[in-house]
Amino acid sequence: MAYPANYRYTKEHEWVELSGDVAKIGITDYAQHELGDVVFVEVPRVGAKVEAGKTFGTVESVKAVSDIYAPASGEVVEANEVLHGTPEKINTDPHGEGWLIKVKLANPADVNSLMDATAYEAYIASQSKEASA
Amino acid sequence: MESVTTPPITDLRKTALNAVHRRLGAKMVNFGGWDMPVEYPATGGLVAEHKAVRSSVGLFDVSHMGDIRIHSGRTPGGALAAVQHLSMNDASKLAIGQAHYSAMLYPQGTFVDDVIVHRLGEDDYLLVINAGTREKDIDWVRENTKGFDCVVEELSDAYTQLAIQGPRAQDLLQKLTEADLAPIKNYWFTHGTVCGLKNTLIARTGYTGEDGFEIYVPSDVATSEMVWNKVMESGREFSIIPCGLGARNTLRLESKMALYGHEISDKINVWEAGLDRYCKMDKGDFIGRAALERAKAAGLTRALVGLEMVDRGIARDEYCCCDENGSAIGVITSGSPSPTLCKNIALAYVPPAMTAVGTPIYVQIRTQKCKAQVVATPFYKRPKKAVAPQAAASV
Repeated sequence: MAYPANYRYTKEHEWVELSGDVAKIGITDYAQHELGDVVFVEVPRVGAKVEAGKTFGTVESVKAVSDIYAPASGEVVEANEVLHGTPEKINTDPHGEGWLIKVKLANPADVNSLMDATAYEAYIASQSKEASA
Repeated sequence: MESVTTPPITDLRKTALNAVHRRLGAKMVNFGGWDMPVEYPATGGLVAEHKAVRSSVGLFDVSHMGDIRIHSGRTPGGALAAVQHLSMNDASKLAIGQAHYSAMLYPQGTFVDDVIVHRLGEDDYLLVINAGTREKDIDWVRENTKGFDCVVEELSDAYTQLAIQGPRAQDLLQKLTEADLAPIKNYWFTHGTVCGLKNTLIARTGYTGEDGFEIYVPSDVATSEMVWNKVMESGREFSIIPCGLGARNTLRLESKMALYGHEISDKINVWEAGLDRYCKMDKGDFIGRAALERAKAAGLTRALVGLEMVDRGIARDEYCCCDENGSAIGVITSGSPSPTLCKNIALAYVPPAMTAVGTPIYVQIRTQKCKAQVVATPFYKRPKKAVAPQAAASV
């Protein structure tokens, strides 16, 4: 699956799509592969504050629980309600319908410090190499 | 998110089928020091594997399990006496060709390990033990059989152990052996030619709560891969898929089968674990018996129950259990979504007064206390076949 060129990425495998000062956040295709079948998603309510580098929610597969870290600080303006009933959207469309939350960022420029798609693809290639060594 | 794949450690032990798992693109994890497949995403992953076993058939590499043979020394009966001393079930009741679930206990009545005891011959037994406890178990067996006239052999590395599990397991395996499988009852075994390999141990055992077989073949890579491939080929018409430890865990959890380090351990005794029916107090003395006598007289302080989540949330291993007031009362030993029941289920130790079906139990999931309730176990019981193998005859 291609990594959208207009997204930014974290080392913890979250993606960010910035429009204005609102960041849409999700987990990457690599992350959903690592997790396996997603069965449960927990994200904060609208109005909650998230802080860069701190965990704001969890995504669970049958086997594992994964914390999700905020790529930047801000206030949640929307949560993806669809995931309550169909958490598997994270597996089938991680970069689209499987988004987690939208956050109004305190400082949108923070996103620029994250990896772009090319850097992220190089990063996961090095991770996979390590894992199969 | 954080990566969930355990990075490989160079000194991890590998089964003879390691290269097969990697070729199949399995997600590998460190399981008790073994580099083992947890699931095979390319063929559907954990949930598909779980469902394949419940509805048709799946193939597991369980070669990490250990095997200890105890047979006669100079005088007949020495091996039986040793097995009786070492384990809590009554091995004198086993016919040749029969196996049963049992456990080795510490003098405190807690678990060294749970084992399947097979009676191979007149005074000849095979104990199948867990991977993570192999060294401890073999040391324990050697140490505690010193006073008995028997020979202890560790055969763990001699076998590749494959588990063919599911309602179509017999149909599949029958194509690969001339041994008649239909008459083999649950927890019985035979020896026969499988994939051209003479005298192969074929046991109607497993760890999935489903019908199935476990076969023991020579552990060299060529033979192991040959058998694996033939089973997969022979299972194609039944849509067989390879299954990993992830599905093995959810399958055994639905069937309430204990896992060492979770439901049973060196801190938990037989009564607490609810394994009374495999513990034969009247068979004569055995290691742990005296402590179990005392524990029985003293009464239980905790008991293992099945839980089903009422609130949204998944109880996981080691999460804390509370009562309605928020006081800690126990702990989850295993918890997971159940692919068969589509519910979130768990096993937990709670006070004996809270074991009645319907009792509310609260599970601390991160910052929230989520409601669960005690339910009857096993969570899943396989449907009876038209011609049912006589189950539990060995209990």
